[in-house]
Formats: sequence, structure tokens, C-alpha cells
Amino acid sequence: MAIPITADDIECLAVGAWILGTGGGGSPYLGLLNMRRLYAAGHRVELMSPLDLADNDRVAVVSNMGAPLVGQERLTDSRSIARAVQMQEDYSGGKFRAVMSVEIGGGNGIQPLMAAAHLGLPVVDADLMGRAYPEAQMTSAAVGDLQPYPCTLYDPRGIEAIVTQVPDWKWMERASRKICVEMGSIASTCKAPRSGREVKDWGIHFTVSKAIGIGRRVRAAQRAHADPVAAVLDEAQGKLLFRGKVVDVARRTTEGFLRGRCAIDGLDDDRGSRLELAFQNEWVVAWKNAAPIAMTPDLICVLDTVSGNAFGTETIRYGMRASVVALPAPPVFLSPKGLQHVGPRAFGYDLDFRSVFEAR
Amino acid sequence: MRRIGIDVGGTNTDAVLVEEGRVVHAVKYPTTADVTGGIVGALDLLARDAAVARGPIDAVVIGTTHFVNAVVQRRDLTKVAAVRIGLPTGASLPPFCDWPVDLARLVEGQIFMLEGGHDYDGREIMPFDEAGMRAAARQIRESGLRAVAISSVFSPLDASHEERARDLLRSECPEAAITLSRDLGRIGLLERENAALLNAALADLARRTIAGFRNAIAASGIAAPLYLTQNDGTVMSAGTAMALPVMSFASGATNSMRGAVFLSGVADAMVIDVGGTSTDVGELRRGFPREANSVVEIGEVRTLFRMPDLLSIGLGGGSIVRREPLRVGPESVGYRLTDEALVFGGSTLTATDAAVAAGIAAIGDQAKAAGVPLDLARAVLDRAREKIEDAIDRMKTAAGEVRLIAVGGGAFLVPDRLAGVAQVIRVAHGDCANAVGAAIAQISGETDQVYRDMRRDDAIAAAEAQARARAVAAGADPASLVTVDVEDMPLAYLPGNALRVRVRVAGDMRASARLL
Repeated sequence: MAIPITADDIECLAVGAWILGTGGGGSPYLGLLNMRRLYAAGHRVELMSPLDLADNDRVAVVSNMGAPLVGQERLTDSRSIARAVQMQEDYSGGKFRAVMSVEIGGGNGIQPLMAAAHLGLPVVDADLMGRAYPEAQMTSAAVGDLQPYPCTLYDPRGIEAIVTQVPDWKWMERASRKICVEMGSIASTCKAPRSGREVKDWGIHFTVSKAIGIGRRVRAAQRAHADPVAAVLDEAQGKLLFRGKVVDVARRTTEGFLRGRCAIDGLDDDRGSRLELAFQNEWVVAWKNAAPIAMTPDLICVLDTVSGNAFGTETIRYGMRASVVALPAPPVFLSPKGLQHVGPRAFGYDLDFRSVFEAR
Repeated sequence: MRRIGIDVGGTNTDAVLVEEGRVVHAVKYPTTADVTGGIVGALDLLARDAAVARGPIDAVVIGTTHFVNAVVQRRDLTKVAAVRIGLPTGASLPPFCDWPVDLARLVEGQIFMLEGGHDYDGREIMPFDEAGMRAAARQIRESGLRAVAISSVFSPLDASHEERARDLLRSECPEAAITLSRDLGRIGLLERENAALLNAALADLARRTIAGFRNAIAASGIAAPLYLTQNDGTVMSAGTAMALPVMSFASGATNSMRGAVFLSGVADAMVIDVGGTSTDVGELRRGFPREANSVVEIGEVRTLFRMPDLLSIGLGGGSIVRREPLRVGPESVGYRLTDEALVFGGSTLTATDAAVAAGIAAIGDQAKAAGVPLDLARAVLDRAREKIEDAIDRMKTAAGEVRLIAVGGGAFLVPDRLAGVAQVIRVAHGDCANAVGAAIAQISGETDQVYRDMRRDDAIAAAEAQARARAVAAGADPASLVTVDVEDMPLAYLPGNALRVRVRVAGDMRASARLL
């Protein structure tokens, strides 16, 4: 059974998705603006449980691919993502039952709502990352060895491309990334369609409502002048890792990714300590006084201590007051196969994964 | 150089004369509704000082919050035609799409969206739609709209489509006031376009107000070029200010902090500006205010203006004292201080009265504060100190003790010993720091671009050269230029090691610069 998503839910989703973006995924602001306009024009979107999908239902998996900075100029047009879904329907035949996001974190948390508004389909309360990750093989679908193709890419100039077949997810990443770059480093994409069975078996469930819930608590805390970081920890069963001020940010791009490190000096209870964060688009590993204390796939979220809103790896700057929190990883990524795809070694850190949430 | 600095505040218009690095004379005159009356009054008062009357004036620099107040208060705004070049991208988010309804109703005239714009790598998204622009220009002429804002996708990298649109519009509507988004500079189409729309909406007001400023100066018998201060603590010519009034939006707080640098000779410190109602705390780095992060809302419109990062708290000389439990502010008697405070014969206990009773300030009739118990007066000052200490700690960007420059009419509330502060610096003329900041303002140049396939050092050097050229074109002395801000950001997912570089330089005004 599908339930209506209210205009207020979407405001909350934008806040929560940005937090679950773990520093990457791009700001949801432009997606939020599109949804406000669509709702003002009378469109409505519904949310359905993944458990209500029939095994042979077909689900469209969408994302906006590319550089967030290009998105700030070319903006996000809600019709583009709907067109990518239609291309997928035309190519692979068969109607979609619903739409879902490949990643709940960042701007892509809102993309399926835009497609759904235009296509009159419900949004599935699930995604394939439970957060944001930089590459196509860093999904639960890839961990499950589900088929990586076909993938459609759309540019509003009327450029339409389909990657019809690849040997594996890494090739999908490489082939689709090349097309995306030619389109101006931004493209609306519809990934390999998933069956209802696949979403039930391999989807990361209830992440849309999780993002809405986190956003709702943050907004309520802001209104009440309460502690929004504490609200996030309570809502998402997280742990506070550190509180302090950003004292250094060093960024570089390699192979098209934003990599770097950020240092935070402690305040309050953490005075005298230093936290260092490594990032590859998203926060990857955190060291406190040089000892690793949190790492992917646990979610590392850096929040504005005052507002509770997320800081992105592209926008964090010297002097910001930050609270670093960890949220539990989706269980699918904790298996040996899951850790191969998204554990610290997948990002080049020779560390054995140890969860913040393990009993010590 | 003899320069007059003027700060047009909500209550007072301050004027100072600065000559060879020192303040010669400073005056305050009540601000008038038409703004110019207050300036004429202040200049007359200033000119009565013998040292001021002695020689010619080289420049008059005005700091004003007049234009930002017009946006915040929704008054004196003009309807605007918006031209966006970038179709087919961004079609679902037209100009004004994120404006508050009340402001959009006042400003939104017509919207035209045309094909064109650029990609990050310099390729055209689509060829510029010349025919569409000619048709739009005709419609604008027929509609009678006289303020136009033009934006195009990635215009900070390639402004040719905005410029072509402007030329076509000029030939159709020669008298239109045209704002190009590339002049307001940063990457982020909606925010840059919003700045252009606000600027166009202020076109009429800017023309009238700056003409008024010129008349006021002429009426005072001063024959010197007029400048206005802008957000970064540097100046623009009156002509530029007429074209780009939004650049003055944050100049008030900036001037106060720049004035503090000048008066104290300290370039790296925190500044506390205690007024009648509120106190602003900011941080100086290399003589300039540390700026707030990313998006800034003006009258609820998102922009990318760089504004000083300030923390405002409800504490000032006019803060009302309440007892049981003891509270100091945030309520204030404000400009009624000279009627309502005890030391002025009123009946409201204010922070000023407590300071007089405790013997740390000599204001008004000190005998009238005699009835304030010393314990209470000290408790009030302790509470003020706690608020100040908390504000300073929140604005610090590094642990350790800082130096603190105390300015503003209520600076007596800042004690000499504060937690986390190594030294409190007090300065003469600190109550006119805004006007001093205007008088000593420098000239800047800025650039914000994406560079590809260049070494980081080379890209920064290229950006620096462009920023310097812009500063010199604006009237700066090349020998005095200093780079005050460099920020580089590699761009994720873009090929060719794309690097976005933003550089700002500032220097002294060239003595020969005449930019009227």
C-alpha cells in the first residue's frame, strides 16, 4: 500500500538526504525546488514499501550522474530524469511499477520523486546504497551480482545514450562516465531495471522514510532551539565521534574524484584532541589522534554543530564548527563481499574494517 | 591624501576626515529620511573644524545600508525583466523560482528564457538564440520595463552570450538599465541570477540616491570624486555603484572592522562592535573580515555574496536590565537612550546606567545613577562580560588566546580582562569606526574561474594576474596590491584536472585616479 508524500515530508527529505550523503552526493536544494514547483502545480507522489512489490514487478533505478558544480549552473530539470526512465522502458520493454533511487544520500535522494511526479508512479522506500558512494559498483545490487546493464543516459539537448551491455559493474562505471563527460559532465540516468524480487532481496529498505525522519527531527530541533545533532543521533541510532572546529582542508582531484583530508581540532569534551578525515567525494575514514575510529561502510557524517545540517566535502571550510557522527552501515555491506565493494580497501586504505557499533 | 569617510546609519550619520594616516576630526549628525539631509548636516558640522577647512579634499567615501534595507523592507524597488540564456537546460527552474512571494510580486516583470549558454569546458550548450533575443527586446520595450537582468549558464567562464544579449537589448531599448550576472560573479546560476535581479530592481533607487549623494557633496562645497564602499571593505566609483548597488549590501559591518584595523594598527585580531542595541563579533585576517560560508540570504533571497562572518548578540549600551532573575538585553531602549536611561533623567535601568554606577563610564548625569546599588551594577557588567566571552569563543577559529579590538559607542561594556582574550585594544574615535573604515577603504579586484590542464601554481598565477588587472582598471595603485584571498577547488568528475580558482587582491587608491 502506498502512502502520500506530503510537501513537508519533501522538505524533511532534503535535510535528511544531505546528512545521509556523508559529505557527497551533491546538495538536494535544486531537487527540492523542483518538487516545490511540481507540488504547487498539483503533482503528488506516493511512497510504497519494497515489501509490497510483486516478484515480477519492474522497478526503475534513477540517479543524476556527474559533477555537482555543473549542476549548479545547468540546474536540475525534473523532466530529464523522467525521460531517462522512459528511454529505459522503450529499450527494455515492459512498464515500470515504481521508481527508486540508486543512492538516498545527497541530491539523488530526491531524483526518483521528480521522475515519479511526471510518470504517475510511486517511489519505492528503498535505495541501493543507504548513503552516497562515488561509483557504480558501490551498490548493494553490485554486491548481489545483479545484472549491471542496460543503463540509459539523457541530456536535455536531446542526446540519448544507452549502454546496452558490459561485462561487470566496473565497466558500467567506465563506459557511462565517458558518455556523461561528453554530455557536459552531467546526465540523467536510469540504471539497470530491477525486479520486485531483486529489490526485496538486495535493496536497502526504508531509507526514504529514514531520511525523512532524520530531517524531521533536525527541523524540529532547529525550531525549538534544541540540539539538532543529538536529534540525529537519537533518530538514527548514531554515535557522536567528535566535536570541534575545522582547522585544515586539503583537496585534490585524481581520476575525476575529489580526494583530500580535513582536520578538526576538538572543542568542549574533545579539547586537546584532533580528528582527521579522509574523503573521496564522501567521508571515508576518521582518525582520532592518529588512530582510526570510524571507516566506510559505517556512515561518517559531518554536521554543522549549530544547525545540524550536513557539511559537504566540496563546501567544508576552515573555521566551521562541526560535529562528526557515525551512523550504522547497511548490513549488506558488512559481509566479506560487501566490504570488497565498499570497505576501506576499496578506497585505498589498508585497514581492516571495524565498526563503530561493534561491542568492544 | 585627505579623505572624508561617511557612514549613513539608522540613527546617526557619522563623518570623519582622515589625513596622512590619522583621524583629523569626527562628527555625528542625525540621519534624515532622505539620507542626503543628514550627509549635508554632517559635512557642514565637519567643515566647521579649522583643521578640516584648511585644504582640499581628495575623495569622499560613503558607506550605506540604504540599498540592502530597500530589499529587506520591500520598498523603492523597480519591476524587472529577466532574461535567462541556457535552454534547454534548467527549464523547470525559471528566474524568480526561489524568491519569497511578496518580493517576487514587487519585482517580477517578465521572464524570457532563450537557448544558449556554455558548458564548463567552454563549449556552447546551444548557439545563442539571436532571433529570440531580438523578439524579447521588442517585448521589453513595448511593456515599458526599464530594468533588465541577463544571466547565462557558466557566464563566469564565458560571458559572450550575456554580452551579445545586452548589445541587442541596447539597440532596441537604449535607456534600459541592464545588469549582467557575470558582473556579480560566482558559479551557481540561481544565486548569481538572483543577485542580478536584485541589482536590476535597485536601478532606479541607485540612480536617485547616488545623485542625491553627489548633490549633498556639491552643496557642501567639496569638489572631490565620490566612492561607495562595497562588501569586501574596498571601494567602487559612484558610477560603478549606480550600476551595481548590490555590491554595497554588507558594507556597514565591513567598514567597522576595517576602521578597527586602521585605528589600532592591528591586522589579525577579533573585533567587537558594541552599539546601542546589538553587538557584532567578527574576525580580522590580514586586515580583512573573515567571510561567511557560501550562501547568504538577503531579504530571503539566496545569493552568493561574500559577507563578513559576524555573530550578532542582543547586548548594547541601551540594553534593558531586568531583575529576578537578572537579565541584560536583548530588549533595548535603542535610539531613545538619551530620553529613557536613568543617567539622562529617564526611568529605565540600562546597561549604560550600570556602567556609570560602577564607575567605568562617564555618560549623562552621573548623580542620577547613584541610586543603583553597586552589587547590582557589578552583576549587570558580569552578565555582559559572560555574553561577550561566549560570543568571542563561538567566533574563534582556533584555540588559544586572541587580541580583541573594542569599538562602538558601547565599548565600555567590554572589560579589560576576558576569558580567552590576551589583550583588549581600545582606540580613539572607536565610536566612528564605520566612517573611518569608509575613509580608508582600498580598491580590489577579483576573479573566479575554472582552469583545465594547468599546474595548480600556474592556474593560481593566471587568476592572480587577472584579479590584479581588474583592480588596476578600477583605480588601484599596482605597487600597493596585495593578494588577500586565494581559494582553489579541484572539481570532482571533471576531466583534465579541472581546478576552480578564486583570487581577490586589494590595494590603495591611485592618487591620480579620477573615477567619477
